[in-house]
Amino acid sequence: MKRSTDKAVTHVLNNHKGGKQLQTVWDRYEAQQPQCGFGELGVCCRHCMQGPCRIDPFGEGPDRGICGATADTIVARGLARAIAGGTASHSGHALHVAHVFKKILAGKAPDYAIQDEVKLKAVAVRSGIDVEGRPVIDVARELLDKALSEFGDKGEPLTWAASTLPLGRIKVCSELGIVPTSIDGTIAEVMHRTTYGVDADPINILLGALKCAVADYTACHIATDLSDILFGTPQPVVSKANLGVLREEAVNIALHGHNPLLSDIIAQVASEPKLIAEAKIAGATEGLNVVGICCTGNEVLMRHGIPLATSSISQEVAIMTGVLDAMVVDYQCIMPAIATVAECFHTKVITTMAIAKMPGAEHMAFNEENAVECARAIVRQGIERFTYRNPDKVCIPQESSTAIAGFSAEAIIGALAKVNADDPLKPLIDNIVAGNIRGICLFAGCNTVKVPQDHNYVEMVKKLLAENVLILATGCASSAYARHGFMTSEATKEYAGEGLTAVLTAIGEAAGLGGPLPPVLHMGSCVDNPRAVDVAVAVANKLGVDLSQLPVVASAPEAVTEKAVAIGTWAVVGGFPTHLAWYRQCWAVSW
Amino acid sequence: MQFLYAQTDRCLGCRSCEIACRIEHSEEKNLFSAVSQIHPPKKRLFVEQQGDRKEPVLCHHCDDSPCMAACITGSLYRDERGVIRRRDERCIGCWSCIMACPFGVVARDANLHLAVKCDRCPDREIPACVASCPTKALRLVDADMLSEERRQEYMLREEK
Repeated sequence: MKRSTDKAVTHVLNNHKGGKQLQTVWDRYEAQQPQCGFGELGVCCRHCMQGPCRIDPFGEGPDRGICGATADTIVARGLARAIAGGTASHSGHALHVAHVFKKILAGKAPDYAIQDEVKLKAVAVRSGIDVEGRPVIDVARELLDKALSEFGDKGEPLTWAASTLPLGRIKVCSELGIVPTSIDGTIAEVMHRTTYGVDADPINILLGALKCAVADYTACHIATDLSDILFGTPQPVVSKANLGVLREEAVNIALHGHNPLLSDIIAQVASEPKLIAEAKIAGATEGLNVVGICCTGNEVLMRHGIPLATSSISQEVAIMTGVLDAMVVDYQCIMPAIATVAECFHTKVITTMAIAKMPGAEHMAFNEENAVECARAIVRQGIERFTYRNPDKVCIPQESSTAIAGFSAEAIIGALAKVNADDPLKPLIDNIVAGNIRGICLFAGCNTVKVPQDHNYVEMVKKLLAENVLILATGCASSAYARHGFMTSEATKEYAGEGLTAVLTAIGEAAGLGGPLPPVLHMGSCVDNPRAVDVAVAVANKLGVDLSQLPVVASAPEAVTEKAVAIGTWAVVGGFPTHLAWYRQCWAVSW
Repeated sequence: MQFLYAQTDRCLGCRSCEIACRIEHSEEKNLFSAVSQIHPPKKRLFVEQQGDRKEPVLCHHCDDSPCMAACITGSLYRDERGVIRRRDERCIGCWSCIMACPFGVVARDANLHLAVKCDRCPDREIPACVASCPTKALRLVDADMLSEERRQEYMLREEK
């Protein structure tokens, strides 16, 4: 099977100098074929030590497990636990940012600051905090306390969900009994109700899973809000995307994973003259070149215009260019295989988080109280590794596309305000009503080895754009569109239908871009999906309708992770028709 | 002469071979459509267990095959590969073959009223069960090669 539709990735896969023994995700996928049918259908259960149990999906063998659980119960338990796994990831991510926020307010993390007071106040007001005449630090403390209370035993509906969703959705959630009162408590509840001998009613289990998905939405929203407050709310920025951003004459350092806490600091120190001089002394005439991979890449692209090298599925391929001197990782979507691939090259893989180590990688513990020094030490590792580079193993592809990113909800509304300052949403709503924009589709999620990389994204978006559907993108979906050149003014002219082109041109020119807005708006990393919800909620509230009444849909056509299952599920709770490809562990249920 | 050989100490009892067999004998040869068929496809081999020993029990396509000898309508025949197969239109569902098979690997398709047995996947070079086995417990081997392999194992045995 074709491995990737990305020309740069394909070039490196075909021409790399890592040797024949080098294996990538595509080789390992092939070696796993055929995959276990019971696992594919989600009809095996390992939740107790009497198992494993399997249900015969063909109806001849056992139709229930040892405890009596049917396929429906087992599938529901598996789905609920996948959502809990995703929610735990976003909870961990958000809580990490909150803990650093706490250190900042206590004066224990001097390298960080509140960079966006406007966002701080906006989130505080939305959360019911009085801001009038109060010092920023007081508002920040109260907001942080509120944020931290969401994770524990709050005992009342979560603020970040209740204050950001429209009344219609809150009513639906209340009626279904899926209003979470604790992020981590809800994750624990799913683990409890899906353990041996607790919840056996598949519908009831799924309602618990929906509640957990709302907790996931809450955690994502907190992560985005706090990151914006600490590092700035993204505004449109022009950069480049694809492996062609790697440079032979520079020290190339890739930031991979999901969190801005370390990556933002590295992005800052990489412009320090002293470090650039050290790189040049080491022989890198073009100094330092920091690039992003996966969603850490999206975080630093959105806020600093750091070029995006590649996405999650092709993370190994970045190493296979032979010019990546260090790959610095935090957490989530980091394949343990990168340490093995790096053995064929000079690249140093550096893990930084206490909860995410990897055999074969070097661990440099990241300490937020001493963030800049840690970041400098990591950059120096990259400079040191540059001197070990083997020129015979260099294989840099030409391809890189221009990418306009940085479309936070605030940035989109800001651009619309250039058309109508008094009523920014009016141009968007008017054009939807007039049929110039037939709808909005949010593309989110990962890249999967199960289809040629980006194939689903690219084919679907071409058809939707031609049908005048406005596209929002996050996570590795946005990476796909950035790498394939969908985030430029030219792409609007090439792919968008007449109505959509006219709208994007009017907004782009009013916003001073000198051309249309890109047809695909990069809204951030995968944790940033609530940004898209915020825009939809603003429209719904203005029209006085529920989210489910808007022509807004969501798709994760190349999904991989449990996080994608959680996000896809809260998109359903949000009332959006949702397409989550590849979650097939529900195929053998009876309903 | 090639036959399917199960190296029983490698079998984990995962039943991947059974699923692969059903998929191969389904309408679209795809797991997700196979489970949705009105009459689910039947398996032609059977993972059984006695004590701790797990083993896929499967058709040996015997040279002196009792099933074929018992088939009163001539539905069962031997193809050019030496594989015992079924002519659908001749099977009357008398189940003589089931009674005759010493391994118990002929089964009954109650929906189609046909005797069901291994056809060694005529559309494939390597049978689906063999291709699916994650531990390589199932192999397609040549009879002469296997006896050679056995002699080597015998020579390498530990003296007690």
